[in-house]
This record gives sequence, C-alpha cells and structure tokens, in this order.
Amino acid sequence: MKRKTDVAAEAQEGGLSFHPLQQFEVHPLFGDGPIHWYTITNATVWLLLAALAVIFFFAYGSAGRKLVPSRLQSIGEMGYDFVHNMVVDVTGEDGAKYFPMVMTLFLTIVFSNMLGLLPGSFSPTSHIAVTAVMGVGVFLFVTLLGFWKHGLHFLGLFWMKDAPLILRPIIALIELISYFVRPVSHSIRLAGNIMAGHAVMKVFAAFAPMILISGIGVLVTPVSVLAITAIYALEVLVAFIQAYVFTILTCVYLKDALHPSH
Amino acid sequence: MATTTTTEAATEVAHGAAKAGMPQLDPTHFANQIFWLVVTLLVIFFVLKLVALPRIGGTLATRRGTIVNDLAAAEELKQKVVAAEKAYNDALVAARAEAGKIVTAAKADIQADLNKAIAKADVEISAKAAESAGRIDEIRAGAQDAIAEVAKDTAKELVAALGGKADARSITAAVTARLKG
Repeated sequence: MKRKTDVAAEAQEGGLSFHPLQQFEVHPLFGDGPIHWYTITNATVWLLLAALAVIFFFAYGSAGRKLVPSRLQSIGEMGYDFVHNMVVDVTGEDGAKYFPMVMTLFLTIVFSNMLGLLPGSFSPTSHIAVTAVMGVGVFLFVTLLGFWKHGLHFLGLFWMKDAPLILRPIIALIELISYFVRPVSHSIRLAGNIMAGHAVMKVFAAFAPMILISGIGVLVTPVSVLAITAIYALEVLVAFIQAYVFTILTCVYLKDALHPSH
Repeated sequence: MATTTTTEAATEVAHGAAKAGMPQLDPTHFANQIFWLVVTLLVIFFVLKLVALPRIGGTLATRRGTIVNDLAAAEELKQKVVAAEKAYNDALVAARAEAGKIVTAAKADIQADLNKAIAKADVEISAKAAESAGRIDEIRAGAQDAIAEVAKDTAKELVAALGGKADARSITAAVTARLKG
C-alpha cells in the first residue's frame, strides 16, 4: 500500500510517471497478504483465463463436429492442423504421439501472449519463472526420452560422424555446451520478447499525457499514441511468432531425441 | 508467530529489492507461479488429450473421408456420363447409317419405278404417234381424193358454165395433171 502512495507522489513531482515494469508485478487478487504457493494472484487469473480460452475454442468449439465447420470450429481445426503439421513435418510420423504435449505448450503460450495484450491485463509468459518451467520441462523430457529410446546411442547426437576425426572431440564439446544452453535460450527468448514489447509500450504510454503538462506535448502526444499503435501491432505479431518459435524448437529438440543420428 | 513475522519481514525486504528492479526476478512468488502454471498446463493438456484433440481429429478424418468418397462418386458419375455420351453418339451414328440406307433404297426403288413408267410411257407414246401418223396419212389421202373430186366437179361446172363441152375423161386427166403439178 505504502509503495502505491510513493508512486503517486513521484508522479505528482515529476509530472510523468515512468513505471514500465509495474505491469509485471505479481500481487494477490484478494487482500494484500504474502504470496504463498497456492495464493490466487493476478498471474493465476490470466493463466486460468488462457486455459478457459483453450477450453472455449477447442473443446466447446469442436463440439458441433460439423462436416462444414462453423467459424468457431474452424479456429480449432486450423490450430489443430497447424501444430499437427508442424510436429509431423519436423519430427516425422513417430513424433505424432507427442502432438498433445506440443499442442498444450503452443496453446498455453499463444493464449497467454494474446490475452496479455489486452489493456490492463497480465502476461504470464513475460515471467522467466513461467517460461523456464516450460523450457526446462521440455529439455528434461527430451533428454530423458532420448536416453530411454536410444540408451547411450543418444550421445551420438554430439559425435559428428562426418567431421574429421581430430575435430570431433572439439565439436562434441561445443555441441554439448550448446545442448545445455538450449533450455536457457528457449525460455529467455520467450519471456524477453514479451517483456520487452510490453515495457516499450508502457514507456510510450508514459509520454502520452505530455500534452496536459507542457507545450511540447502537442508534438509528443500524437507521436506516442501512434507509436503505441504501431508497437501494439508488432506485439500481436510477436505474440504469435514467439509461441510458434517456442513450439517449433520443441519439435526440433524432440526430433533430436527421436532421431539422434544426424 | 515470531518466525512468521520474520519470514514476512524477509519476504517484504526481498519484495522491495525486486520492486526496485524487475518483478520477474523476485523469487517470493516463483513457487506460486510454477504451481499455477503446472495446474494450467495439466488442465489444458487433459482437456486437449481427452476431449478436444480426438474430437477435432475425428471431425477432420470424417471430412477427409467424405471428400474422398464424394470425389470417387463424382469420378464414377463422370465415367457414367462419358459412357452414356458414347452410347448416344453410337446410336446416332447407327441411326444415320440406317437412314442413309433407307434413303438409298428408296431412291433406287423410285428410280426403278420411274424407269418403268418412262419406258411404258415411251411405248404408249410411240404407239399413239404411229396411230396418229396412220390417221393423218388416211386423212391426207382422203383429203386428196376429196380435193380431186371437188376440182373435177368444179372444172366440169366451170367448163359447162363457160359454154364449153367437155368430156369427163379429159377433164379428169387435166385436173389430175394439175393436181400433180
């Protein structure tokens, strides 16, 4: 509570309030107590809304099973085809049984990203804690799957048979490092993109009320409003593309686990 | 109670530190976020796995089957159309040939009849012409005789009227000579 008054005071002092990171704060939805592992927070709400959106578009929307689909049913079918083709194209037919898992990741991310673009909302995917769980989860799943399917042959992933013999240990080392960097880049890419976009929008939004404060606002305010619009359009694109990137990388890692020999 | 307050105080301190920087790096709500993320992922996974994906997959498969069947049916109908068109064309060609034959036969018949009729007519015409020629000759001969008779009588009367006396024989001879000339 105390902090909010600080913010208000700063805003009055400086005229403009720059708090681009405030939107990422997690706070309990009811009351103002500490956040336990089970506390329902604003982050929880937006994650569960993403789940509701998935249920609406994919479970409720597909209930008609119409031969000529309704618009809602079409959305579900397009999403299904999109991810299913991605899984089968990248991992091959034997990757199709991991389709529900990949679809879960894609839909969770895409709906979190899209819902996070609503004004006043919260983006769960802008938090490294969330994306890291998914990134590390994929990493562990894929690594265990590789060892379970191929045993020690899975290590062939690091041993380039078509490279000169002298270079192979060096390449193996580099491959090993890059393998362990995967979950890091995988999760930071998503959180970083979403966070950066939202922060930039907030910075422009902070400039928007300039017209109420100073004469230069005649110029600054329209420019910032236009900039917010442009960044927002870009963010819609990014919201989808980052979900796509996360998903296709998951497929690529899955392919490495299923077919480790290059 | 005392421990709870210390924990809360510590939490508050950590909270404050994070608030100064990125809220994303505040570890106090990591457990919370991870817990609810796992819940969300499980909810979405089971909704997809048990309800949505089999349903959508089934719908898509049914649609693909229907489309394939419809295309096959369309192909079959197309074959039937081609066959029917061929049968129709064959029938048309056969009918044309038949009609041509009938026309030729009819033409031949008519020609034969015509030839027969012409020949018959020719014969009749020539018979009629011969008969007519006979009649004309007869009439002409009759007319010659009548003319000779009239000429003789007229000549006799003329001679008598002119006061001459002529014997029938010389007058006849004279008229005959004249008629010949």
